Amino acid sequence: MIQLEQVTKTYPKASRPSLDNVSVSIDKGEFVFFIGPSGSGKSTIIKMLLHEVTPNKGRVIVNGKDVTSMRSWKRPHFRRSIGCVFQDFRLLPNRTAYENVAFALEVIGKTKAVARRVVPEVLELVGLGGKEHRYPHELSGGEQQRVAVARAFVNRPLILLADEPTGNLDPDTSIEIMRLLDRINRTGTTVVMVTHDSNIVNQMRRRVIEIESGRIVRDQARGVYG
Amino acid sequence: MRMKYVLSEVLVGLWRNVTMTIAMIITMGVSLTMLGASGLIYTKVADMKELYFENIEVSIFLKTDVTEEERTDLATRLEADPLVSQVTYVDKEEAFKRFQEMFRDSPDLLSAVKADQLPESYRLKLVNPEEYKTISDQYAAVGGVDQVVDQSQVLDKIFNLFTAGQNVALAAAVAMAVAALLLVANTIQVAAYSKRREVAVMKLVGASNWFIQAPFVLEAVVAGLIGSILGLGALVALKKFLFDDALSALQGLFAPVSWGEVFLTFPVMAGVGGLISAVTAWVTLRFYLRV
Repeated sequence: MIQLEQVTKTYPKASRPSLDNVSVSIDKGEFVFFIGPSGSGKSTIIKMLLHEVTPNKGRVIVNGKDVTSMRSWKRPHFRRSIGCVFQDFRLLPNRTAYENVAFALEVIGKTKAVARRVVPEVLELVGLGGKEHRYPHELSGGEQQRVAVARAFVNRPLILLADEPTGNLDPDTSIEIMRLLDRINRTGTTVVMVTHDSNIVNQMRRRVIEIESGRIVRDQARGVYG
Repeated sequence: MRMKYVLSEVLVGLWRNVTMTIAMIITMGVSLTMLGASGLIYTKVADMKELYFENIEVSIFLKTDVTEEERTDLATRLEADPLVSQVTYVDKEEAFKRFQEMFRDSPDLLSAVKADQLPESYRLKLVNPEEYKTISDQYAAVGGVDQVVDQSQVLDKIFNLFTAGQNVALAAAVAMAVAALLLVANTIQVAAYSKRREVAVMKLVGASNWFIQAPFVLEAVVAGLIGSILGLGALVALKKFLFDDALSALQGLFAPVSWGEVFLTFPVMAGVGGLISAVTAWVTLRFYLRV
């Protein structure tokens, strides 16, 4: 599903590479944590999987497509198979929960009728049934992140990328969000999550890949934060 | 639904930044007016050149002491000259008649001049009026010729004036176009900034590039088109109030500008306005949104 083959990425003006000869293989349906200190290169991996940055060396293959050589005009279509959740939610403040999710469908050409059918379903799935018409500022942090998860999942992507999704949430809420991601993972979606949250990693007992200074120092099935 | 979305985004976009939109439209309008005016002057000058040059004559005035031989010599040479299409001989009597005709309002002048004081002349029509210079060079030194006078020299001065006017209008059009361009770029930047969250989400979920760009580009195009309508209005007003009204006394001097010609400038103005706006918006977006 996701393959990094001897990937090296050095940003312009950086003294050392953000990723240094990294090779990782992630199968379909896996749930993987990337952990490591700030600046270790975790976010660079997420950006690479989104075709936001390209490696200097090595190959990145996502969904069977070689992202390294992908032309930028193909990027939009490629991204439709990937859902994305961030620490800061990235919701549109002037749109309701329903509209936020529907927006993601409409801008890729789905009709309003499709949105009317699919959006309530996915909002129900993330546990926001009854709160469809609230604006982000009327929702708690956890609820906002649920909207973001719903938006990421509404297209039924093959991969869900989560960049510190619990970074802004309290421990209890974080666990709820993790349950949600776990549920999504059980539908067959590959989940890749970057996090600092040792609690969560220890509770979930999933594959853990630890990165330090751009190198993989640990890759452990059913690992802990360590 | 996508079309509806794009169109409503365009209207919202134009309205969100309405002062800038108006500034953009006015500058665009003035620029396109200048462009249209300069185009009209250009075609008119060409028309008028044709009209005037058709009736233009080169006169070869003979010396008062010209001999019979010199006169016939010159006549044969002129008849044989391929540059000359028609030769008319004007003798002293004929010249006096024309003189009387021309100065019939000045009896003092008339009574002071006698027929034999006026020079004889050959009046030539040229195949190509602009080859006056060659004729002048060829015949100025021929025996019995006093001077070669060309009416087109006077006309050239008038036409130079028109051409200068056209150039001024064109320069103003270009200057205003630069201002309009910068305003379009700025408006698009402001629009892109105010919609940065939407754009970020659209890029994230994989909206196609044209779908992200279309509302911005169309916003600029709509402003450009409104500007060209403004330009058409200005040209219509110019024709009606300046050309047909205030300058109507000079009508014989200018070739008339028809309504058809005024309206024909519209597609050109609309095309230029729309295209310039679209390209500017698109280039701005490439730098600003990196899509």
